[in-house]
Amino acid sequence: MKIAIRNGRVIDPANGVDRVCDVFIAAGKIAAIGDAPSDWHSNKEINAQGLVVAPGLVDLAVHVKRGTLASELAAAAAGGVTSIVCPPDTDPVLDEPGLVDMLRMRANAQHGAHVYPLGALTKELGGSQLAELSKLAHAGCIGFSQADSPIVDTQALWRAMQYATTFGFAVWLRPEDHFLSREGSAHDGEVSSRLGLNGIPAFSETIAISRIVQIAKALGTRVHLSKLSTALGVEMVRAAKADGVNLTADVSIHQLHLTDVDIGHYDANYRLTPPLRTGRDRDALIEGVRDGSIDCIVSDHTPRPLEQKQVPFGEAAVGASAVELLLSLTLRFAESAKISLADALAAIGARAARTAGLPAGTLSVGVAADVCVFDPTAYRHITAASLKSAGKNTPFLGYELPGVVRATIAGGHLAHEANA
Amino acid sequence: MLSKRNLQLNEHGELHHLLAIEGLPKRILERILDTAESFVGVNEREVKVVPLLRGKSIFNIFFENSTRTRTTFEIAAKRLSADVVSLDVARSSTSKGESILDTIANLTAMHADMFVIRHASSGAPYLIAQHAAPHVHVVNAGDGRHEHPTQGLLDVFTIRKYKKEFNNLTVAVVGDILHSRVARSQIHALTTLGVPEIRVVGPQTLLPTEIERLGVRVFTSLDEGLKGVDVVTMLRLQNERMNGALLPSASEYFSRYGLTPQRLALAKPDAIVLHPGPMNRGVEIDSMVADGRQSVILPQVTYGIAVRMAVMAILAGATR
Repeated sequence: MKIAIRNGRVIDPANGVDRVCDVFIAAGKIAAIGDAPSDWHSNKEINAQGLVVAPGLVDLAVHVKRGTLASELAAAAAGGVTSIVCPPDTDPVLDEPGLVDMLRMRANAQHGAHVYPLGALTKELGGSQLAELSKLAHAGCIGFSQADSPIVDTQALWRAMQYATTFGFAVWLRPEDHFLSREGSAHDGEVSSRLGLNGIPAFSETIAISRIVQIAKALGTRVHLSKLSTALGVEMVRAAKADGVNLTADVSIHQLHLTDVDIGHYDANYRLTPPLRTGRDRDALIEGVRDGSIDCIVSDHTPRPLEQKQVPFGEAAVGASAVELLLSLTLRFAESAKISLADALAAIGARAARTAGLPAGTLSVGVAADVCVFDPTAYRHITAASLKSAGKNTPFLGYELPGVVRATIAGGHLAHEANA
Repeated sequence: MLSKRNLQLNEHGELHHLLAIEGLPKRILERILDTAESFVGVNEREVKVVPLLRGKSIFNIFFENSTRTRTTFEIAAKRLSADVVSLDVARSSTSKGESILDTIANLTAMHADMFVIRHASSGAPYLIAQHAAPHVHVVNAGDGRHEHPTQGLLDVFTIRKYKKEFNNLTVAVVGDILHSRVARSQIHALTTLGVPEIRVVGPQTLLPTEIERLGVRVFTSLDEGLKGVDVVTMLRLQNERMNGALLPSASEYFSRYGLTPQRLALAKPDAIVLHPGPMNRGVEIDSMVADGRQSVILPQVTYGIAVRMAVMAILAGATR
């Protein structure tokens, strides 16, 4: 399949490209940017006049459960996302090589986004017995994680990080103290006190960061911290990086837009993990993205059936469906935070790919053709029906958001196309 | 402070649901108190029934058991001539896995006009109000540790009975503020009605984070907190809080925060003592105080009926 994308504004932050030109795709790879290769004949032409042509988005946190892979990959494609990292809290947990093989096989059959699994660091994410990391890595896991189940026992955390470090595996951890967060459903502060919700203090995150960073520093572990949520957490990450710790971090797009005040009248779509925090925390997270202390933005896509959200706030399942909104929400964030379009796209593209060590996020000639063509000026109305994901649980229902994806190409395959 | 539309008021600014005191304007609180005043007389008559809600169906749905509160709502509904059905859902449908909203939909199909909801989870009445049919009214009879608005209203009704005005009072709320829905409702009612000084008194383990943002002064010493107050509200300390990470023991708690006659003497001589019940004598309150001349604990119970009648009558539009 030969595809030509004509007259779009090509923005490729990794290569410093931002100009109007054509992009040519052949044999699943980027064949040329600018002038057509000799003897070019397109099978497919995409008119990108007035549109942005960017590397397909790289989303480092997309949770998929059994039976939802097809709908969620369709959602990713509709959102311009062509590479996803899948945490191990699937059902069953990704703690055996056979399960990883099966996930990759099923994903490949969909011809959508590339799926990069994270293996479970411990068996069943139980936090005690190590999973077979080498075998899991051989099966294609790009790193090891506990998803949202922090290791309680610090001795076990130390040993798991030691073992991973032995083989140079990256460890992805969401910093959270189990005991401080287990009963909570909202940030511990004025809002939780007013609403009578059990609080999760900010130091639930920072105590965990301290623990992880100190071990990582002693061992030289390659650590990625998932979903920062606090101002002090950003500061600690910044300091650890300056100290030479081999550390990266991401933030969920929700934390860059929302605070605990937005919970309003107990809207369970705002029940997230980590919880939405204060305006001060949000401002610090925004600054962290701007100065690079936070390496990239993730959707933390967590589709949930309606019945798990139509319950009282404290009983609701955590998470939001977001992979289709990542681009729009990042554009909106960039606009309000006064971040350039190229930098914003890098945070969900090249920077994310570099963080995870993925061959993605650029339009360099010869790489796999992962491309997102979108209209940055068009707006979309977010409704349950407008989402391809099985999960309609998003705080942004009813919003008008900028950025409409016109075409998504994953590995040279046209995964999504929507006409104006 | 909470964003989004005020669920409790209809498009004319009238009370449609009673979910929380927070967010209700002063005029609505005063209307409830004034209406309750007119029902106090009804409750003292030989025939204690008025026909205001004849033909209306009120469902008391208690997802969490509370015989006392349920009984007072039942009596209030019956004195307004409503048909009242009480369901102890804690022991029936939801234990079989039925969702709250399915339970409510089923009862709505039986032509309910009003739901009185008690639930262990904060915010549950909001969920029900958001999904209720437009003509159905929801009354929060206590949700988690959030609010218990009719209790807060009967507390301020009692205070008004004894103190007449709100704008010159100092009120102390003492004890387990953290887990208390009564405390939150009372604090919001008192601030809305213009009480200039509200104090909360308790150990840090029983005080919610940033509680001062609700407009209260925080005291950790009961002696300091009681000095010169006009009203003292003692909160119940539940058994499960007494021995653990929050408090070492009931007796140590009493030694620091129990209301004794000696401590009460620090308040103004005409100070009154409230307690939402049920009391733990010897844990948060000495019997000498509970049964003493400054206690208004039993009048609170009596006024509770009138206040709940007022709320139901106003919601049903029967008092215009």
